[in-house]
Amino acid sequence: MQNILEQYKSVAEAEVKTWFEVGTVSDFPENSGACIKYKTKQIAVYNFARKDKWYACQNLCPHKMEMVLSLGMIGDKDGIAKVACPMHKKNFSLEDGTNLAGDDLKIAVYPVKIESGNVYIGFSD
Amino acid sequence: MKKIIVVGNGMVGYKFCEKFVALAENKKFQLTVFGEEPRPAYDRVHLSDFFQNKDAKALEMAPRTWYEEHGIELVTDERITAIHRVSKKVTTSKDLNYKYDYLVLATGSAPFVPNIPGVEKKGIFVYRTIEDLEAMLAYAEKLKKGKKRRIKAAVLGGGLLGLEAAKAVMDMGFEPHVVEFASKLMPRQLDTRASNVLLEKIESLGIHVHLSKATNKILGDKTITGMEFGEYDKIDVEMLVISAGIRPRDELAKTCFLEMGTRGGIVVSDKMQTSDPEIYAIGEVALYNQMIYGLVAPGYDMAGVAVNQIIGNTEVVMESDIDMSTKLKLIGVDVASYGEPFMPVEKGYSIIYENKTKNLYKRINISHDGKSLLGGILVGDASDYNMFHQIYLNGLPIPKDAEELILGSRGEGGSSFGSVMDIPDAAQVCSCESVTKGAICCSITEGDCQNLGDVIAKTKATTGCGGCKPMVVDLVNETLKSLGKEVKETICEHFSFNRQELYDLIKVNQVKDYDETLNLFGEGDGCEVCKPLVASIFATITMETPNKQVGIQDTNDRFLANIQRNGTYSVVPRIAGGEITPDKLIVIGEVAKKYDLYTKITGGQRIDLFGAQLHELPLIWKELIDAGFESGHAYGKSLRTVKSCVGSTWCRFGMHESVTFAIEIEDRYKGLRSPHKLKGGVSGCIRECAEARGKDFGLIAVDGGWNLYVCGNGGATPKHAVLFAEHLDDATVIKYLDRFLMFYIRTAGPLVRTAPWLDKLDGGIEYLKKVVIEDSLGIAEELELEMQGLVNKYECEWKQAIEDPNMAKRFKHFVNSDDTDDNLVFVPMRDQKMPKAW
Repeated sequence: MQNILEQYKSVAEAEVKTWFEVGTVSDFPENSGACIKYKTKQIAVYNFARKDKWYACQNLCPHKMEMVLSLGMIGDKDGIAKVACPMHKKNFSLEDGTNLAGDDLKIAVYPVKIESGNVYIGFSD
Repeated sequence: MKKIIVVGNGMVGYKFCEKFVALAENKKFQLTVFGEEPRPAYDRVHLSDFFQNKDAKALEMAPRTWYEEHGIELVTDERITAIHRVSKKVTTSKDLNYKYDYLVLATGSAPFVPNIPGVEKKGIFVYRTIEDLEAMLAYAEKLKKGKKRRIKAAVLGGGLLGLEAAKAVMDMGFEPHVVEFASKLMPRQLDTRASNVLLEKIESLGIHVHLSKATNKILGDKTITGMEFGEYDKIDVEMLVISAGIRPRDELAKTCFLEMGTRGGIVVSDKMQTSDPEIYAIGEVALYNQMIYGLVAPGYDMAGVAVNQIIGNTEVVMESDIDMSTKLKLIGVDVASYGEPFMPVEKGYSIIYENKTKNLYKRINISHDGKSLLGGILVGDASDYNMFHQIYLNGLPIPKDAEELILGSRGEGGSSFGSVMDIPDAAQVCSCESVTKGAICCSITEGDCQNLGDVIAKTKATTGCGGCKPMVVDLVNETLKSLGKEVKETICEHFSFNRQELYDLIKVNQVKDYDETLNLFGEGDGCEVCKPLVASIFATITMETPNKQVGIQDTNDRFLANIQRNGTYSVVPRIAGGEITPDKLIVIGEVAKKYDLYTKITGGQRIDLFGAQLHELPLIWKELIDAGFESGHAYGKSLRTVKSCVGSTWCRFGMHESVTFAIEIEDRYKGLRSPHKLKGGVSGCIRECAEARGKDFGLIAVDGGWNLYVCGNGGATPKHAVLFAEHLDDATVIKYLDRFLMFYIRTAGPLVRTAPWLDKLDGGIEYLKKVVIEDSLGIAEELELEMQGLVNKYECEWKQAIEDPNMAKRFKHFVNSDDTDDNLVFVPMRDQKMPKAW
């Protein structure tokens, strides 16, 4: 499983080489998540309408290696946008991918941009 | 290393161990405890609870592992048969010898069995150990077999324990008779008028009381058939429980010539030392101040003194004045006496309030100068006991007009008592565990206790008889308030309300959705705690399905299926009451085969289909719905199943139609959202094949209707349901269930199951009965209407989901591709499949 996990590395906006179009805004439910496919990767995309922001992260929960994070509930902890994994409710920051409960499991996050109603995720390859 | 041997593992013997491990000096000693019963010490004070739940473990003071963890050797099922004082050894019933440096006798007492001719006959029991109770139950089962008429059983003794035993006998389905030698009930604690109030209340419950009766002989051949009081005065009974007082178990002391009281008991000093300085005696075997103290609190104090003496803290001695105040709930009637209950005229005067229509009696005894409270009695309502007890113990000032203590302050309004905080710090609030008011408050102000639970864990207050609980709760709340802390449970960082408050806010303000709730009453952007909670509140107010506000549903509710180990889903169609036709079984089989699903019969009489992928869920449900199935709500915090046995339709023992009724109930409450998942059970007879008492609500068919049990779901801490009402007809069952479920749904905290909810409910099961049966809050009709409204609005949410094309998007794994999750790997297992372990 480790090799599946290793393909997910956070991408900063400056490192983006490909802005990959994944659908229109209306394809994504408000205030929750959905999953897209990019090459071999599964990416969770969140339309955080309440904050008027979009987030993206790996769909793989690094805890038990299931492709489920896009199904998790989003919200905030002390103002930090987060997703709770549906399996065991581990909380991950959608801003930098850290585990808010404090152990070392982290997730990769990706930049999102919206242009004329289309949604793009930034990848470095 | 010096050796201590404790003989006896009852409540006091256990308390010795507990106090021993709490002292640092214990490292210099090796402790061995002998108990003749097969199990470790248990709470004998609450023995009658055993009749309700048959759970010996629940009464345990501490598990066997506790002794191991603290390096105490616990030997059970072995009695000490001799003490050799010169060689300092004891011999056990297995003929083994153990050496001691200090010996502690905590052998307690045995029930006193009066020497009545015929007392050895079959069907006569004492009321002391779990084994006694088990023997009674087994005998009762045998007696009841095949008999239609009500069988009479008697209890000899109308004291505290006798009345407890009478309740037990009544719960076993017998017609109970209490036979008392004295002319009043509880002769040691109550005066005649208090006794009469208690008598009337007890008789109104169906317990027959025979006062001033001396039993001449017990009738019957080998087995008891009756009791004879005079030549023409007898009653027919088929069982007898003797509860005529206790006798100290002092045989061991006698045979090794320790100093004894003239009427038994081992004489001890204020150090709990016997006439042999290396031998101590504590609890009901010890004669201190020429008295045997039959209460647990003085026994605990004695245990503390003995531990300290042995360990070297020789300044710790027993007080000479021992408080014998008690408060009990007998058969649902409060009874308490404190200080000096009977007032000799030369010491003071009494003020008595009696209200026969309400079965109330209150007596206070006041000193001649009118300045202090010397004691008193409460029957019917003992809610003031803690305060009276504290006033008495600490000599607190009383109102100038002492009658205000029982009649309340008139004129100026307000309570005649001050705040609980006025009690001196040294006042003992929990006498079982010797916890002072100071210790309770300091655990918060100077320690790190944050709430009631912390305080109880830290100080052990309330863990004995529990009588001090209301006062401890007040003290904790007042102390927290004085520190400026808010005393409440809140949902999460986004809502500073509890679930019940938010429920009311949403309902009263007719809020329409989660966002509006958050805008009006919350802050931030919500989270996985408050979203499903609000979703649940909306479901219980409006019966909206999870399809309405999808984004706030927990993942299971969002996809109307249970997410499982590898991220696939399980599907559970509703099979009400477990009844299913062959045609429907075939459909399930065919669907499972087509989608390659792992199939299992669940514990709740349904069929669970595992391994479905997200995109397959609507396809599977389409086929199931076409065949007449509905959602089983197996994913929701909602009604799951109502389990049934076959009942009178097929079973030769069945008394009523448990299947029909289970289906009716399951159909009524299907889709109902609740703080936690709910299950029910309906058994057609007392054999209980549906295990109805392990459910949130359970019904057992008996002669003349249904017995209703509630709150038998404790999750990780198993609980048995509690008997709630008896001999109900179908309509009354539904009425009570409507009220009970709605009340639970409104008031329980998030994810609180029914058993812990009941545990926390102030006033417990009696309070719940009042609300549901007697409508004490005046909300019964409202609860019923609300439930009926929800029942009328039921819609299958899976039907909604597959009929609305917009909802189909939800069940695609990828937004931008029709591919499915390629991460899934299954391996074969017993001709089916399971997720591969990573």
